[in-house]
Amino acid sequence: MNFAALVEPIYLLSAILFVVGLKRLQSPATARAGNGLAALAMLLAIVATFADQEILPWTGILIGIVLGGSIGGIAARFVEMTSMPQLVGIFNAFGGGASALVAVAEFVASPAVGLSTPGITIMIGTLIGGVTFSGSFIAFAKLQELMTGNPIILPGQNLLSALLLLSVLTLGAATLGVFGEGDPLILFYAFCGLSLLLGILLVIPIGGADMPVVISLLNSYSGLAASAAGFVIGNMVLIISGALVGAAGLILTQLMCKGMNRSLANVAFGGFGGSASVDRADIGQRPVRSADAEGAAAELGYVNSVVVVPGYGLAVAQAQHELRKVGDLLEDRGVDVRYAIHPVAGRMPGHMNVLLAEADVSYDKLYDLDEINDDFVNTDAVLIVGANDVVNPAARDPDSVITGMPILDVDRARRVIVMKRSLSPGFAGIDNDLFYLENTLMFFGDAKASMSDLVREIRELA
Amino acid sequence: MGELMIGLYVFVLATLAGRELITKVPPTLHTPLMSGANAISGIAIVGAIVVTARADGTMQTVLGVAAIAMATINVIGGFLVTDRMLSMFRKR
Repeated sequence: MNFAALVEPIYLLSAILFVVGLKRLQSPATARAGNGLAALAMLLAIVATFADQEILPWTGILIGIVLGGSIGGIAARFVEMTSMPQLVGIFNAFGGGASALVAVAEFVASPAVGLSTPGITIMIGTLIGGVTFSGSFIAFAKLQELMTGNPIILPGQNLLSALLLLSVLTLGAATLGVFGEGDPLILFYAFCGLSLLLGILLVIPIGGADMPVVISLLNSYSGLAASAAGFVIGNMVLIISGALVGAAGLILTQLMCKGMNRSLANVAFGGFGGSASVDRADIGQRPVRSADAEGAAAELGYVNSVVVVPGYGLAVAQAQHELRKVGDLLEDRGVDVRYAIHPVAGRMPGHMNVLLAEADVSYDKLYDLDEINDDFVNTDAVLIVGANDVVNPAARDPDSVITGMPILDVDRARRVIVMKRSLSPGFAGIDNDLFYLENTLMFFGDAKASMSDLVREIRELA
Repeated sequence: MGELMIGLYVFVLATLAGRELITKVPPTLHTPLMSGANAISGIAIVGAIVVTARADGTMQTVLGVAAIAMATINVIGGFLVTDRMLSMFRKR
């Protein structure tokens, strides 16, 4: 039987299922089925590819699939929800790497390709894939704390990156024979090396709290790299699914930038965080009102409405399960408990939502900034766990470094309890005026231990 | 119209379709969206299989198999971890 006639129709069906699968991600109720449809689309595309090839070197293919499948399966099964940002980071690296290798293999097959459509698409695929691979690896290393999460700024960083980009483009042109004779393979390997270096240089100056932007952007690149690989081998389903991923990453990038009121250029080249222009001398020197677990329990247990604001500190302390117990106990006492999630809370888009979902908090109690900000005026108590810059009222002050950043208006609630280790500043490196307000109580300590104490004290309330 | 132009039309239209689809994904699902998108970018596995099948030298075979392994990590790992996360999103 001739399978060749079925190949393109199956690819088309696969592309349709990718779109329908993504459409189902628009609601938590249908999202799981949507993910399943996308997986089915992938399976169909792979089957069609097998049917399309005359000879299949099964040994190599099986080695690749078994090896990759076991690594991916184990990682997916055992990763902690708090570590999702680094997992997505490393997966981005592999996606970009795979696309780059496809382009590299095509070049190795015909190094004399020259200045032509295939030649140019191969260079673009290698460049985007290579930058995604090395850049994502650095993002992973930062998030996993294999290297410092702080910005690493080399002298003349931006000039260096610009020169490197120029060299990469020149080498790419040279590889395609624009400047006359030369061994294309040697030029190409140099091109690959510089592409990897460019990825590293673009990510090392970016600090921890800017990670949501970088992870989103690299996600977008991994899609573009797949599209580029699609142009290289002339396959529409790669072009389509790569474009879908590229669009997804780009939208998330824009949302994250908006969440910090900063442009992408500012995140990429601004070297934000721990800025020298801020006078740090008086940070944490003003008097605050503090409370212990017993006091906090009383403030939360006898009111009508509580809004919880989780931040990256919740993930670091792994305190999500204790937090849910606090929520449950308060609800048993008749308190209305909701959760307010800032767009850039955590280290990737939606990080807090996943942690709370893991702790079995119902998703209809999670509210984003626009949905809940007007309600803080009517809220009895706000409990802030490990969040800082996103609740700093200095954002309303025209002279602050975070001016204009959308914040959760927690200071408008009748009582604010801040669970935090110390008065140390957040990523923006500035003092948080919220801590010194009359209606604020600081509840110092490790989030997990404090939360356990809070559970005990709420149980003891009359 | 050449294959490149057809490819570009498809690329641009798919990007626009993706934009429409993904703008409507609620923030609460942004992490699963990303890991799901990750899995989809593992579509490079199709390209990896093609170059492995076409390989006529050890170098290309090695590159192809490495590409298959990397893409499979994305596909299997991405879809499984997304499913694991989405199974936790419950309404009580």
